[in-house]
Amino acid sequence: MRSPLELVGARPGPAFTVTFDDREITVLPGQTIAAALWAAGITSWRTTRGSGEPRGVFCGIGVCFDCLVTVNGRANQRACLVWAEAGDVIRTQEGTGHRGHHG
Amino acid sequence: MAEGPHLAVVGAGPAGLAAALAAAARGVRVTLVDSAAEAGGQFYRQPAAALGARRPQALHHQWRTWERLRDGLTAHVARGRITHLSDHHVWFVEGQSDGFTVHALRGPEQEQSVAVRADAVLLATGGYEKVLPFPGWTLPGVVTAGGAQAMLKGGLVLPGRTAVVAGTGPLLMPVAVGLAAAGAGVAALVESAGARDFAGHARTLAAHPAKLAEGARYAAELARHRVRIKAHHTVVAAHGSNRVEAVTVAALDGDGRVWPGTERRIACDTLAVGHGMLPHTDLAEALGCRLDGPGVAVDDEQRTDVPGVWAAGETTGIGGAVLSLAEGRIAGLSIAARLNSRTPEAGSYEAAVKARTGLREFFAVLDTVYAPPAHWTEQVADDTVVCRCEEVPASAIREAAGELGAGDVRTVKLLTRAGMGWCQGRMCGPAVAGLAGCEFQPSRRPFARPVPLGVLAGTDFDRHHTDSTDSTDSTEEGSS
Repeated sequence: MRSPLELVGARPGPAFTVTFDDREITVLPGQTIAAALWAAGITSWRTTRGSGEPRGVFCGIGVCFDCLVTVNGRANQRACLVWAEAGDVIRTQEGTGHRGHHG
Repeated sequence: MAEGPHLAVVGAGPAGLAAALAAAARGVRVTLVDSAAEAGGQFYRQPAAALGARRPQALHHQWRTWERLRDGLTAHVARGRITHLSDHHVWFVEGQSDGFTVHALRGPEQEQSVAVRADAVLLATGGYEKVLPFPGWTLPGVVTAGGAQAMLKGGLVLPGRTAVVAGTGPLLMPVAVGLAAAGAGVAALVESAGARDFAGHARTLAAHPAKLAEGARYAAELARHRVRIKAHHTVVAAHGSNRVEAVTVAALDGDGRVWPGTERRIACDTLAVGHGMLPHTDLAEALGCRLDGPGVAVDDEQRTDVPGVWAAGETTGIGGAVLSLAEGRIAGLSIAARLNSRTPEAGSYEAAVKARTGLREFFAVLDTVYAPPAHWTEQVADDTVVCRCEEVPASAIREAAGELGAGDVRTVKLLTRAGMGWCQGRMCGPAVAGLAGCEFQPSRRPFARPVPLGVLAGTDFDRHHTDSTDSTDSTEEGSS
């Protein structure tokens, strides 16, 4: 199967790793957190405050706030806007992302 | 810093770039403020340099135009005529007695605000996608058509292996072509408009052979990738537990209702869906600019009704990149003349005016043709979440509009919290209006994006600035 990287003849810089819920994933430089998670086959990284439903990217351009995620302890980061960096600790954001204030 | 009038352009897409280049070439100092890491806007969104794409044009159309814009920007930046502030998210444009201050939050973290002082402002904030709800639309793997395209163009990633592209509008074909070219299987393109909707507009459409050829090229690409086009069909539901696993698609009858018995299930792990575009008008509204329908109202020179504020591109109405370029050029030439107390020379933008007239006419027809199914609300179940942020179901909106008698979106919002969440009603606004049976109106938001309270407390509104940029905290902003 052809990949987007092949389509544009990409020669990315050296890959690095981050963790998502303690699982190590490989990331290409120049990808957002959302792109890195999609590339690893992950499509949800938040549960809603009310019914705890899974969510991930919806608008992809920073408008909808559905892709909120916790990065290096900071909650409510829009995964589609924030660049992934080596060693990032990414966690599924449950509810508001603030401990003790779930739901 | 060079003397002379100073223009702040908000947005570095086709309209903002065209305006910045036209104004800078005529001696106006320009600060181009944009939220992305690179210029280009959504239309020319590209992978970050670190991804090393040697053929980014494989995911793009009108690449020559982009090269011209990019080279022009580089040249003006090198000569100090344009300052390009990337990664700057504008949250407020403040009108003052002697000009404007553009307030922007920096970087993905958006905790530090920067102020840019200017004599005139061009708003080129573009648009965003409208998506109407249906059962299952909150499942992971259901993304906006534009979102799937943005993630592909920018991050070189796909959301899954098998996609259905659905909804209505001219965006769906290029999105389906892009996904297929990048290796996704596209199981179907489901478009609610049908051939019959185009009948009656033949004369206007025929006047735009270049646009028709573009459509024909996309259709040929879809055929080459063996993508089934299901015209006059709609997605009635997405199915799955933790992500989308299938969608149900049905034909529409002549009235825009789902034709019972035509439902078919299509397996997929991605649904890219969109029902048209809406202009970003928050900054214009906060400045007090009059709107015309969903977009910012402008005159022949792209001036809003607020002196010193111009608007161009999709913030004034949805019409694509070529129209945005024409409007941006007209605005840039008008600004250069008006800031020097001159009237723009009539001949200087004749071609752009002609292009603008024709394309506005063309997109007015597309807007009529590509409409969501007339009775889309019938497919929204009572337990379908409508406001994605506050998780407000359709039943609550129906109750607010019915038993509780709410007659406008604002009252529905106060009764149900629909539109009160993070996105401030940008995603659910048209759906809430449709379900409540009232008119959709852009809601007035004080700021264009969430602003940390510390930034608000530290922003000294309406003070006099001595330089064209400064920062509300102690961190030094690069000179402009």
